[in-house]
Amino acid sequence: MRITCPNCGERDRREFYYQGDALALTRPAPDAGPHAWDDYLHNRDNPAGDTRDLWFHEAGCGAWIVVSRNTVTHAIDDTHLAATVKR
Amino acid sequence: MVKLLPRSPCTDLLPRTVGTITMSEVLLDRVMSVAPFAGQAKPTSAALKDQIGLGLSAPGRAVSNRRARVIWAGQRMWLVAADVSLDGLAAVTDQSDAWAILRIEGAGVEDVLARLVPIDLRASTFKGGHTARTMLGHMSVGITRVGAQAFEVMAMRSMAATLVHDLQVAAENVAAR
Ligand SMILES: [Zn+2]
Repeated sequence: MRITCPNCGERDRREFYYQGDALALTRPAPDAGPHAWDDYLHNRDNPAGDTRDLWFHEAGCGAWIVVSRNTVTHAIDDTHLAATVKR
Repeated sequence: MVKLLPRSPCTDLLPRTVGTITMSEVLLDRVMSVAPFAGQAKPTSAALKDQIGLGLSAPGRAVSNRRARVIWAGQRMWLVAADVSLDGLAAVTDQSDAWAILRIEGAGVEDVLARLVPIDLRASTFKGGHTARTMLGHMSVGITRVGAQAFEVMAMRSMAATLVHDLQVAAENVAAR
């Protein structure tokens, strides 16, 4: 598996640390209430198909990367820097 | 007062030669990490240009002149080999004694590095002035091409002996072929 880092180009999977769902980019407001926070902290979909994950280019440039990929075909559609995602 | 003797990271380890490959230590008087504050990359680059004649390099690139060097070192991070003053523009940390810097050169140097580094360092893709943050064995390193058959490898100082050992073994194995 190879992931294209927007800074470094295509790199081997071993250079990356996998964080999980890219949900950390949509953190609820502090006053969003217990239901929103419970959902944010504990509930995850487990889709067969398109997912959007956060990966850390740990043994490379140190950037957090949003990776859009498909868990059925293993295709990676798109990668971009988490730092440039609009919140 | 106690007088301490300076020891470079690769004291007792370098230089050494294996077949066609030579490894030697590169000593930089100053290595400052420069991380521009949000929105300050351009002013930081302009200030550096004033002070050392070099601005921030593009991702994956290193630049140098007679006075200084600027090496891209990761996401919004550069290593600058010079004293710089960037108050209010960037977080600057003195890392002068933090890095072991090894120059490896000679015929077949790309074959030696290919045994340890997962990226393509051949001259057709990794040209003069190109730099990369990647792995060498299990270590996180920075690698810069500094000549047709020469590279510089930067690793954390505490890993100097492992860096030299891994390269020594790889060079021996290439030489034995
Ligand atoms: Zn990267």
